Amino acid sequence: MSTFVLLAVTGLGLAALYFLVASGLSLIFGLMGVLNFAHGAFLTIGAYGTWWAAENLPGAGDGGWSFVYAVVFGVAVGTLVAALVELLLIRPLYERHIEQVLVTVGLSLALVALVRAIWGSDPRPFPRPAWTQRTTSLLGAQVPNDRFLLVATAVLVLVAVLVFLRTTRVGLVIRAGVENRSMVTALGIDVRKAFTLVFAVGGAFAALAGALGGVYLGSISPGQGTSLLIFAFIVVVIGGMSSITGTAAAAVLVGLVQQFANYYAASGVGDLSVVLLLAVVLLARPGGLTARVA
Amino acid sequence: MSGATAAGRGDVLLRMSDVHVRLSGSHILQGVDLAVRQGGVTALLGRNGAGKTTTVKAALGLVPSTGLVELTGADGRVHRLSGRRTHEVVRLGVGYAPEDREVFGGLTVAENLALAERRGSAHHHDRVFELFPELRTRGRQLAGTLSGGQQQMVAIARLLLNDNRLLLVDEPTKGLAPLLVAEVAEVLARAAEEVTILLVEQNLTVVRRLATDAVVVDQGRVAWSGSAPDLLADADRTRELLGVAPSGGHAA
Amino acid sequence: MRGDGGVRGLRPGRFAPLVVLVVLALLPYSTLQVPGLFDGVLNSPGTLQLLALCLVFGGVALSYDLLFGFTGLLSFGHALYFAAGTYVANLALTELGWGLGPALLLTSAVGIALPLLVGGVALRVSGIAFSMVTLATAQVGSILVLQDPGGLTGGEEGLAVARDPIPDALVGVFNTVNKYWLALAYLALVYLVVTWVTNSRAGHVWQAIRENERRVEVLGLRPYGFKLLVFVLAGLLAAFGGVVHLLLLGGSTPRVTTADFTLGLLVMVVLGGAGSRWGAVLGGVLYTYLDSRLTDLAASPAVQDLPAWLRVPLSEPLFLLGTLFVLVVFFVPGGIAGLVSRLRERRGGRARPAGDGTPPPGRVVEQLRDAAGRGAGVGAGAGRPHDGT
Ligand SMILES: Nc1ncnc2c1ncn2[C@@H]1O[C@H](COP(=O)(O)OP(=O)(O)O)[C@@H](O)[C@H]1O
Ligand SMILES: [Mg+2]
Repeated sequence: MSTFVLLAVTGLGLAALYFLVASGLSLIFGLMGVLNFAHGAFLTIGAYGTWWAAENLPGAGDGGWSFVYAVVFGVAVGTLVAALVELLLIRPLYERHIEQVLVTVGLSLALVALVRAIWGSDPRPFPRPAWTQRTTSLLGAQVPNDRFLLVATAVLVLVAVLVFLRTTRVGLVIRAGVENRSMVTALGIDVRKAFTLVFAVGGAFAALAGALGGVYLGSISPGQGTSLLIFAFIVVVIGGMSSITGTAAAAVLVGLVQQFANYYAASGVGDLSVVLLLAVVLLARPGGLTARVA
Repeated sequence: MSGATAAGRGDVLLRMSDVHVRLSGSHILQGVDLAVRQGGVTALLGRNGAGKTTTVKAALGLVPSTGLVELTGADGRVHRLSGRRTHEVVRLGVGYAPEDREVFGGLTVAENLALAERRGSAHHHDRVFELFPELRTRGRQLAGTLSGGQQQMVAIARLLLNDNRLLLVDEPTKGLAPLLVAEVAEVLARAAEEVTILLVEQNLTVVRRLATDAVVVDQGRVAWSGSAPDLLADADRTRELLGVAPSGGHAA
Repeated sequence: MRGDGGVRGLRPGRFAPLVVLVVLALLPYSTLQVPGLFDGVLNSPGTLQLLALCLVFGGVALSYDLLFGFTGLLSFGHALYFAAGTYVANLALTELGWGLGPALLLTSAVGIALPLLVGGVALRVSGIAFSMVTLATAQVGSILVLQDPGGLTGGEEGLAVARDPIPDALVGVFNTVNKYWLALAYLALVYLVVTWVTNSRAGHVWQAIRENERRVEVLGLRPYGFKLLVFVLAGLLAAFGGVVHLLLLGGSTPRVTTADFTLGLLVMVVLGGAGSRWGAVLGGVLYTYLDSRLTDLAASPAVQDLPAWLRVPLSEPLFLLGTLFVLVVFFVPGGIAGLVSRLRERRGGRARPAGDGTPPPGRVVEQLRDAAGRGAGVGAGAGRPHDGT
């Protein structure tokens, strides 16, 4: 029983990371039709930004609020990079989706290589608050606290995004734009502003995932983002390509399947079953799990 | 407002000159020339696939085009629409109801209307709800669950919500039951008292009822333009241009 | 493109590939020193090895172009078939102790069966969903190799190939020239096959699928079968590339299983010119050359002595290649082949197809853009953008 609980919570923690990465991907894809390969790089930037801040910024560090401060810095850098990427590289290629994908491919290679050039390719130990390493007993299982941190953050982000999408005018524009971009412009709305916003917010979530992934794994390396990105893509597709709630459900599904199969079958089987899951879902329901945005 | 002479009835409100559209390798509009006079209803006619929808989209900048599109502003100034982004064109006072209504099925009726509220324009909810009281009562219903006729009401409500100078309405009666066709025609007739309309319409009874002018496109070019009653009075020519004869009857 | 009549045989462009082939075949007899471009003389083992690698990737890039440039299928999993080629052949030689012939047969069988299986599933969806399924299935290959099941694949270390079953002529530094010729033969084979199939009826259907898949359906053809055919053919050609790569390097490395490897192929093709045969080959050659030379450059004193803000980015070939790629997408649509055909058009004053009789390169990405814009590219997924509907 306790193993089961530990696996479930750990799977949910993994799901939280997937959700943070995939939610931005799916909003970007839904609204702009862009498959953003640079998203993994945003994650890497967030992770290294947090790490750098904890090492170098006065007041930032690995305990309590000083860690929060470091994370805020990392997320801010990730957000800024994402917004600049949209404004400078994606926007000029408006509606030219293949070229936009190609540009994000080039960026993903270049940005990760740049991080590797600056900080090397070896993993770096990541600063993490001591309490994340302690455990809390839950239903007889000793669950490391970082799992709760991951899940709580993801739930918070999910709720915030849903409230934003459902109650604000920009949220309305985004929901409508996911459904039919050109009709939104035909109502006199400059949908490109929403593009920049979605890119920046997606970048922020990815950067946050980078920082939390650092806490979870204890170390960061430049290639981390790319490997997470592939599973995030799978989550996005299973979740229906452009739906936040669908993405959340798919993230939970993928996280749990992966965790349990890796434990009960053999290491690696979990990853394989996720791919199998993707094939099954796509063949049974080519539209993914859900069809609604929020 | 400057002292420029305001455009009066009969002046050209929208002009398209030598407009070409190419999409995925096909040359779809091959030099469209047309003018929409201020204050009337200009019917844009033609067989299926002639290029009517594409003409409207080109005016809005929804498809890439070459050539010149101009709109006369409220102050009499001529705005060049070519090269502008769609939302900029719309903000000059151009309303658009697309061929397949394109209401946002995942949003509620109220959200659809809220989204259509344009910056820099008054929002005439009263006018809309007076014409379509149903939209008030169904405010919380998802637009995707509405009937075709109700969706068309939402689409037209989006047009009438803002102050517009020109409405581009693409086949508003397509697929509607006869009673609804008459209702839509009635609403457009009332709207036409205040605003200029470019109306794509296959139903010649509706055209007869509303249109003052007519432009016929064929294979991406304007094949005929002139007064709508003249066109409809000439059964042979109508059959030649549109492939259908105008019925003798009057609008319902 | 076949209509340009009897004079086509006389165009020098028709013979260009043959001339290039002869020059490349004779190149190992040259002791030319090309300072700057290569470290040693042309027929030194080091230079030949690099050139051979370039040729292999020219061929693999061309096999990828068959999918992406000629048919409009954006696969993110081409690495899987290349990796299958190198690992299956390696296992057959090393584990099973088979000879090169039987190993090649087994690799061919896998090289057909694997893309048949994956394509059979992936091609049921289109657009982005297709890309994702290919990406995910290739990830399976990558995971499998890294997991090192039963110690078969060697995990991160890679897998050295047993020497004994391989003909002596293909083993060792002294035989680099033979490996070079093998790589050249592979490239020539891929070029021939691609030339032949793209000019066949299937090739015309592929082109039509790229331009407008719905129109193909309207004509009463089933795009699925044609797409599966090109997917399998491209996979098989990539698997052969994997075998040549194995013989060239004397082992298999897990690096060739990763998504980054496929992205590298995409970069090669776009760099050279999607939808152009010689463009894709040139892209593959250039990318491989730059990747190798930039790595050497990074380690050279000239770069090591630079100030940090210059040295750091210069030390990562992928940073430079990624940046170059972004610049090409922005400023050189159609890649090198597109550039050349535009220059030719300008000089000739008359539009003419690119040297190899395919649609003008550079138009390809535009056409794909239109296709995606119609929403046809996006899978049956919900919430698809309705551009301009
Ligand atoms: N995105 C597109 N790509 C290719 N062809 C198109 C596209 N949109 C419309 N067409 C073609 O352009 C022609 C004109 O279409 P349209 O303007 O919708 O005609 P109408 O509204 O008069 O029925 C048709 O033959 C149609 O098939
Ligand atoms: Mg139409």
